[in-house]
Amino acid sequence: MEYQAGDFDVIVIGAGHAGCEAALAAARKGLETLLLTINLDSVAMMPCNPAIGGTGKGQLVREIDALGGEMGRNIDATMIQVKMLNTGKGPAVHSLRAQADKKAYQQRMKEVIEHQEHLILRQQEAVELTAENGRITGVKVRTGAVYGCGACVIATGTYLKGKIFIGDVSYDGGPNGLFPAEELSGSLKDLGFPLQRFKTGTPARVDKKSLDFTKMIVQPGDEKIVPFSFENDRIDIEQVPCWLTYTNPEAHQIIMDNLDRSPLYTGDVTGIGPRYCPSIETKVMRFADKNRHQIFIEPEGLNTNEMYVQGMSSCLPEDVQIAVYRCVPGMEDVEFMRSAYAIEYDCIYPTDLTASLESKRIAGLFFAGQINGTSGYEEAGAQGIVAGINAADYVLGQEPLILSRADGYTGVLIDDIITKGTLEPYRMMTSRAEYRLLLRQDNADQRLTPLGREQGLISDERWEHFLAKQKQIDEEIYRLKHLIVKPGEASAKILESLSASPLQNGISFEELLRRPEITYENSRGLDPERPELSEWVTQQVEVRIKYDGYIKKQLQQVERFKKLERKRLPEQIDYSDIKGLRIEAAEKLTEIRPATMGQASRISGVSPADISVIQIYLESLKK
Amino acid sequence: MNSNQDTIAAISTGTGSAGIGIIRISGPDAVGTAASLFVSATGKDLRTAEASKMYYGRIRNPQDDSVIDEVLIVKMNGPHSYTAEDVVEINCHGGIVPTRRILELVLAQGVRHADPGEFTKRAFLNGRIDLTQAESVMDVITAKSEKALEISVGQLSGSLRDKIREIDSQIIDMLVLIESNLDYPEYEIEQLTNEKITSGIENARTLAQKILEYGRNSYLMREGVRTAIIGKPNVGKSSLLNLLLGEERAIVTDIPGTTRDVIHEAILIGDIPFVITDTAGIRETEDQVEKIGVERSLSAAESADLILFLRDASKDLDDDEAAVIGTLDRNKTIFIANKSDKAEDVSRETNWNYISVKTGEGIEDLKERMSRAVTGGSVEGSGNAVMLNERQENLLRQTIQRLDDARRAIDDGLSAEFYSVDLTEAGETLRQITGESLGEDVLDTIFERFCIGK
Ligand SMILES: Nc1nc2c(ncn2[C@@H]2O[C@H](COP(=O)(O)OP(=O)(O)OP(=O)(O)O)[C@@H](O)[C@H]2O)c(=O)[nH]1
Ligand SMILES: [Mg+2]
Repeated sequence: MEYQAGDFDVIVIGAGHAGCEAALAAARKGLETLLLTINLDSVAMMPCNPAIGGTGKGQLVREIDALGGEMGRNIDATMIQVKMLNTGKGPAVHSLRAQADKKAYQQRMKEVIEHQEHLILRQQEAVELTAENGRITGVKVRTGAVYGCGACVIATGTYLKGKIFIGDVSYDGGPNGLFPAEELSGSLKDLGFPLQRFKTGTPARVDKKSLDFTKMIVQPGDEKIVPFSFENDRIDIEQVPCWLTYTNPEAHQIIMDNLDRSPLYTGDVTGIGPRYCPSIETKVMRFADKNRHQIFIEPEGLNTNEMYVQGMSSCLPEDVQIAVYRCVPGMEDVEFMRSAYAIEYDCIYPTDLTASLESKRIAGLFFAGQINGTSGYEEAGAQGIVAGINAADYVLGQEPLILSRADGYTGVLIDDIITKGTLEPYRMMTSRAEYRLLLRQDNADQRLTPLGREQGLISDERWEHFLAKQKQIDEEIYRLKHLIVKPGEASAKILESLSASPLQNGISFEELLRRPEITYENSRGLDPERPELSEWVTQQVEVRIKYDGYIKKQLQQVERFKKLERKRLPEQIDYSDIKGLRIEAAEKLTEIRPATMGQASRISGVSPADISVIQIYLESLKK
Repeated sequence: MNSNQDTIAAISTGTGSAGIGIIRISGPDAVGTAASLFVSATGKDLRTAEASKMYYGRIRNPQDDSVIDEVLIVKMNGPHSYTAEDVVEINCHGGIVPTRRILELVLAQGVRHADPGEFTKRAFLNGRIDLTQAESVMDVITAKSEKALEISVGQLSGSLRDKIREIDSQIIDMLVLIESNLDYPEYEIEQLTNEKITSGIENARTLAQKILEYGRNSYLMREGVRTAIIGKPNVGKSSLLNLLLGEERAIVTDIPGTTRDVIHEAILIGDIPFVITDTAGIRETEDQVEKIGVERSLSAAESADLILFLRDASKDLDDDEAAVIGTLDRNKTIFIANKSDKAEDVSRETNWNYISVKTGEGIEDLKERMSRAVTGGSVEGSGNAVMLNERQENLLRQTIQRLDDARRAIDDGLSAEFYSVDLTEAGETLRQITGESLGEDVLDTIFERFCIGK
């Protein structure tokens, strides 16, 4: 029986990492928001690895935080180990990663959501979307309740028509033993969305007490804990270690002997899996010359014996999995708690979306997370906050928040998937960001907090704090520019201790800091009047001075990029009508319908000459 | 005027006039740039010189004061110019090599090399060309850039293409190593070291440098492609020469056997220099003078880099012609049937290029065939010679600059993500020669080569 269950401004379907950020953003903007989840115990669940961040992903978390999202604060509150990756290289590729206590992570996020004003969290399975005149109007759930809405965000992760594979056994199922969502795919199809099928997998969880860590290499956290959130200055926790071990030829042999029982190779799994997340059988097959592969053992939390076995995702049959794992040093007596599985699920073609993550088919309908063909908690969260903000802006009749490739990894991610689509679950990597030197995790707040503030997601207190920080940075840079270091015995001595050559003439401190051997910290002795500043500030000062040359180079690239980005393409443009445009280009442009000339130029198959032709066509329309 | 436009330059040789190359510069810095390189014979500064008036003088490299060529220069103030921007045209008489060196110098002053069709595009955007012409502008841009690419990809001589590929794979290898190490710091994959990258840069650089030098030193570039027009008397050889030259150089009569000696003339087609030889018509003859002429014709054909074999389209090939064709190196020969105007009802054979010197039919195609014969490698240069057009040469030079930037970053102690910016630009610049983009190739190769991922 259907019944009218009330109206909301924004309904978010799915309370995973995308859905939580989306719902919080909409509610924090003051809109009445309903967050639906298939199971209340799965809010902000981490069904794969127990970590947040990493290369490219750590940057995304910082960006979510800078916009006023929750992921950074949530992991700061629930981390059990933290590492800054790539510290041997420059600041642009430093990436933060933390191991999470999974249950604590979920618990805290659920609590934040429950306490959020204007936000209602409800266990319901959405089964149908209703639309009128091309606009979203409501969501129907399995119990018969019908909720009206102004805008809706779909953030259903891997639930849609989820199918689990463990060797030759397969059954309908969602992640982590939960139920799949069987109905919503059909409703999306009815609304005109073509769907594709992707695949991903996760390794087994094993019992800690069955492992022999003496045969593994300990992987401790960093001595110094750096927080994700710009709101946190320090975190004090007792860290727990991860462990490293390796597969061996015996393990590989068992895999090879049983390949015919893996659905990946029998052809039963048709979904497309990610290349960067290969199953152990794929690794052994494709890299036959490697006689060992790394295995990282990671705790799933403080109050559980479950350990995640990174590097061993598989869809071999359970008995084979166990035999393979037991070949690995330290895992001879391993006991499984959950088996490795592969999951296949429906997702949309992200080229159906605009840069605001709104669908081009139905107004007011937004998509975020794995449903868009991406993978990863961080990728989901970043899309979630953008979709949530824009769903709210849509209801409010305001301009959407569009992040460009020059604004952040979030912009790169969204532009990539909506412009090029994706043939495999899309993972963020720093190499995807062409302006990587500018899009650093350390300056995410400078790039995005003003935008978060405009969107009403940054409190007065945080905003004041942000402005004060920027002022301190500018003042300190100004001071160092005008501070002259003189040659002489005193400075020579200090420089010598840093194995730096002595000064010939007086130079500004700024120039001195550009020398490779000099850091802000180790040059303290040459600068007795240095003010007391927080590390957030000194880090910015140092980066901006030290890498000024390359930062300028990238800023110039950004300027060139923006020229085309500013030129908007009219929605109704008929590409087949443009004489001189090559047919291939016209077809691609008609399919993607780019919003700007810049986006058009990034479509594969569209050449610089095509862009010139469009430009002239538009110009001739004006005259 | 479009004030945010930058300044662009390119060699423009539409005219085909003998030995003259024109460098056109357009944009806000056009006059300033040219003035900084131009030394007028009368001491006049180009900035204050009169517009639309020719000035004679020299182009001098401000770095070492060396003189590159004597030139005629003219400036046009926007909006009274083709692009409606400030424009300077530099006419050099010394042939293509100095023309290119002057362009190189202009670009080194911070001027950007124009994209194909860009002058026309600017003319339109600045309101210089009216709406009814917009479509033809679009066609010009598409055609020009397709042609540029076609020449680049399809017509690159095999050896040049292989060399570009080699540089490309050097750059990709470096980027793969860098990016895999940056994105997968905890995996046991091939270690990134400065030594590996510096030697990669060195290799790529050497290869690129070699191509440039071959191109420049090739006698084809310096002295022109030796091209012999041969055929029976009266088929129109001298007429064709005159047409290509744009002047009445050789005597044309309807009397077979008019040309008795070999005539050499230099012309530019596209930006490639040709030295065209008109020869005496080949036939059995008792006339002593003519006999010597015929012998010379045959030996000119033998020593030529390129042969234009001409016949009369209105007549069937006779035995004499067939015999001559039998002796020719087909790889370096373009077969031409002239006087197509007189042969409208004769069915056309596919391996012949039909032209009419009288009506002009087929002449543009012929010119194109001639330049392709050179860039496409049918013409054998000396040793390793490769022909680059100026666009390719410029892109290659930019590639080297980016490689040098990367090298400098390494020497300055900067880490991989910095010089990755330069190497990426190097790769993207190089790939403009082949019209591909770098994008996914690096990622694809990473996953192909390395076993990474959880
Ligand atoms: N109808 C027509 N006549 C042409 C064409 N090209 C050349 N002629 C005429 O053919 C005659 C011979 O032209 P030339 O250029 O002197 O021929 P050639 O091959 O140099 O002759 P020799 O020097 O005697 O070997 C002249 O009367 C030209 O006007 C053409 O395309 N069509
Ligand atoms: Mg003659």
